[in-house]
Amino acid sequence: MDDLDIEEGSDEEVEQMTAAEALAMVEKAWLNEKFSPELLPHKQDLVDVMLDQLNGMQENISRAKKGDLKASIHKMEIDRIRYVLASYLRIRLEKIEKFVHHLLEEEAELGEDVPSRMSPEELQHAKNFAANMETLFNDVVLRHMPRNLKKLEGSKVAASPNKDSYVFLQVQEQVDQVMVDTAGDQGDEAIDLEKGSQHIMRYRVVAPLINNDAVTLI
Amino acid sequence: MYGEKAVELIRQLHRSPDGSLPPFNEDGIRQVLEEMRVLFEQNQADVNKTVDGAPGLFPGVQLRHAALERNKRCLLAYMFNRMERLRAMRWEFGSVLPPDIKYNLSEQEIQWFSRYNKSLAAYMRSIGGPSGGGLDLTQDLKPPKSLYIEVRCLMDHGEFETEDGTILLLKKDSQHFLQRSQCEHLIRQGVLEHIL
Repeated sequence: MDDLDIEEGSDEEVEQMTAAEALAMVEKAWLNEKFSPELLPHKQDLVDVMLDQLNGMQENISRAKKGDLKASIHKMEIDRIRYVLASYLRIRLEKIEKFVHHLLEEEAELGEDVPSRMSPEELQHAKNFAANMETLFNDVVLRHMPRNLKKLEGSKVAASPNKDSYVFLQVQEQVDQVMVDTAGDQGDEAIDLEKGSQHIMRYRVVAPLINNDAVTLI
Repeated sequence: MYGEKAVELIRQLHRSPDGSLPPFNEDGIRQVLEEMRVLFEQNQADVNKTVDGAPGLFPGVQLRHAALERNKRCLLAYMFNRMERLRAMRWEFGSVLPPDIKYNLSEQEIQWFSRYNKSLAAYMRSIGGPSGGGLDLTQDLKPPKSLYIEVRCLMDHGEFETEDGTILLLKKDSQHFLQRSQCEHLIRQGVLEHIL
């Protein structure tokens, strides 16, 4: 997927960025989401812009002559972009459903002005999913248990993301003095991340850097 | 006793191959719940005796309580893992389950499935804002390699109209060269087979 570029469908783009830039950002968000163990903040605007773009391109193509080589190349392009978008949202949905208890708990602790990791629609789906799961468990087994065991203790049994898993990453902007706690007894160690270099590190260490685009996961 | 039946449930599920769902073991679950009831009653009795001054009963109470918690956890794990498999099937088969799978589900699981369907459909419709018309996430499961793919019909499917209006007759063992996006759902339904 490295030679993606959309040239002609881009003239109705009204945002400040060009379509190609938007696509690059979508791809970056997709890869980050794919390789990160936890759910990253959503990029809803980006998805909306890209979908608009797709619909525009689709219209352009339907006007084109049948059997036109250019049209089928554009069609291919649309299919690929749609795959990236669908896959991005699918990965998010998978994480949301897997860590639903964890995420909803996090959500409840958030202050008013802190943006949620999930889009409103994703949040709605997460709530439905959690409620649905609880109904199922209640109806089948929990309801019939002795009275001190009837409650579902979500935080005790639910899965939460493993932030200590290792990720591959590439540095986009020079970052100095990243604290890495080494195994053993030497304590913490500060390292400088050179622009363009690649590393394998624990996710926890670099999580804040992903959100401000200093590093990308690969 | 002491959680053996519950583990048997888990084993049964674990032994069945991935992507299949064994019949819902209602009897097994009932037996585990019954065991829990008995354990709980014994505990209650012993606790009452201890309160009245009988010595040496506490370790037994703790052991039974551990067994109770283990039973609970096993039952929940059984339900949860069945649910996970059911969820995977939503993505594989679409919103309508094949009858042989439906046969193996409990009433509540079928309800769960339809509620999950509804929530998922609502979410997919909402993608791209109110005017966007949504995006079907269950399409485009594999990265597209080429625009057209060669497919072979595995069964008679009747006529099929492509996006540009051409009508094809999908007969068993006939081969076609189609746009991938148009026949993806037919491949997943098992009507067509992708020839490499």
